[in-house]
Amino acid sequence: MIERNRWLNLVTHLVLCIGVVVIVFPIYLALVGSTHSAQEMAQSPIPIWFGNEGFTNFKTILMGEGEGVRNQLPVSRMMWVSLVTALCIAFGKISISLLSAFAIVYFQFPFRKTVFWGIFITLMLPVEVRIAPTYKVIADFGMVNSFAGLTIPLIASATATFLFRQFFLTVPDELAEAAKMDGAKPMRFFWDVLIPLSKTSMAALFVIQFIYGWNQYLWPLLMSTEERMYPIVMGIRNMTAGADSQVQWNLAMATAILALLPPALVVVLMQKWFIKGLVDTEK
Amino acid sequence: MASITLTHIQKTYGQGAKGNTVIQDFNAEIKDGEFVVIVGPSGCGKSTLLRMVAGLEEISKGEIAIGNRVVNQIEPADRDIAMVFQNYALYPHMSVFDNMAYGLKIANKSAEEIKTRVDKAAGILELGHLLQRKPRELSGGQRQRVAMGRAIVRQPQVFLFDEPLSNLDAKLRAQTRLEIQKLHRELGITSLFVTHDQVEAMTLAQRMIVMNGGVMEQFGTPEEVYNRPASTFVASFIGSPPMNLLKQAPGLPAGQILGIRPEHLELSHQPHVGWEMTVDTVELLGAERLVHARLGSETLTLRLDASLSAPKTGETFRATAKEGCLHYFNAETGKRL
Repeated sequence: MIERNRWLNLVTHLVLCIGVVVIVFPIYLALVGSTHSAQEMAQSPIPIWFGNEGFTNFKTILMGEGEGVRNQLPVSRMMWVSLVTALCIAFGKISISLLSAFAIVYFQFPFRKTVFWGIFITLMLPVEVRIAPTYKVIADFGMVNSFAGLTIPLIASATATFLFRQFFLTVPDELAEAAKMDGAKPMRFFWDVLIPLSKTSMAALFVIQFIYGWNQYLWPLLMSTEERMYPIVMGIRNMTAGADSQVQWNLAMATAILALLPPALVVVLMQKWFIKGLVDTEK
Repeated sequence: MASITLTHIQKTYGQGAKGNTVIQDFNAEIKDGEFVVIVGPSGCGKSTLLRMVAGLEEISKGEIAIGNRVVNQIEPADRDIAMVFQNYALYPHMSVFDNMAYGLKIANKSAEEIKTRVDKAAGILELGHLLQRKPRELSGGQRQRVAMGRAIVRQPQVFLFDEPLSNLDAKLRAQTRLEIQKLHRELGITSLFVTHDQVEAMTLAQRMIVMNGGVMEQFGTPEEVYNRPASTFVASFIGSPPMNLLKQAPGLPAGQILGIRPEHLELSHQPHVGWEMTVDTVELLGAERLVHARLGSETLTLRLDASLSAPKTGETFRATAKEGCLHYFNAETGKRL
């Protein structure tokens, strides 16, 4: 819709600006906060312009040593845990759902519909709902405090399976038949034809699932009882929840900034693919 | 090269009483090196038949043999056939070269052999300068040629074509028709070509199979099919405008249908000779004129030379049929008498 109207332009810009301020200002505060010392951050009002402790703060939390750090592992370790978890979840989800969608679309087996609806129904059962029984199962497998425990229960994904199923349904049957005539066995067809065609959908899903994995909080809260397996989101929480001493806001802010970076980076780098994967219909 | 033998082929979808039989007791033998066209209206089972030969559909009953080998239980890739699909089914993410080479790669041919074969096929089809392009960068006609190239590189015993020209525009279709004919002359590979277009069927076929409702109506050369249609269905399906089929005509015994091709009717200038009819409409097609007329309760079409003077709408005139150009059919079975 194109409408040329001065006032309308002004109003739309105003709304956009308000939106940007609401989102960006807290991030700005966190960034400013991460460049001050703990004392300065304890004052009121808190500073709104950059200080000069930034380098020290980031070094402190990344290395886990220096003044004012309570007994905790360095943030770099937490970021590593988060990164591995998020990557495992994203890649795991993509590969599992690709395979299950392939099975559902291209093979005739008994109870195919039932299986599909079974997968679909799990949409109603995210981890939060089934957290107690899932914990029991994973704990009995001895997977507490391991990457396996952090990722495996989150990997099965009805959404991704559904997305790939819809995509596969749009691939003309003749393509599968042509591959069959060319002598390609099903997995060869999957690998040589379907995977290259699904590239953009995979990229879009990767962005979504990476952020989903990175932001996991509730599940690691149960799964990680040792500090070495804390993801960064839990780390922030622990820093701001010290009851016995004053909260080191400067360090908490720096950690928050670090926690923001990887998902933001993924979105920025994969933006083009992401949009293509969600809107593109060219095959 | 090989012949194709179809014996008592039947295709049924579904089980038991609810089963839907789309092909009924189909028998045909296609000779080595022959170009056979299967033609029929949509839903007559012609594509299903082709897909059974290809191995993409199961055969409910009967036997299909390619050469001397019964292929019922053989995988499509091992039947030594190649197929050109209606929408070409090119792999969108592969270059033209890779599209043609894919089957050979799977068959573990050496890189040199693949290159030689693809280059040869590309040469025949004049695709040499397009080998590095992706299918979406090609025009419809070029895609069609790539699809044929993919079939050629496999050096199969049998070519199967599933309406490969229906996505092309009229001009390109005529041109591609000629190319396919030329290709068949050069390679001499047994070909089975499915189409719903009677012009394609007439021009391409050495012999043609006319199908209707899952049953073969006639199997013969285009001349036989046109000049001696085996049933009223064939008579009305082949030829444009179709043959006039009259249930009632002067001197026609009951229980018979009389067929006359529009071009076999001529104006009669002598009084009391021929049938008297009234003109409904006249269409000018350039070189000829179609006159739609009524004879009693029947309507029929005449195809007259446009240079001759023709009766005008509403006029009555007399017309006679050329000698030996009348066809008689049984009114109940529709079969030729």
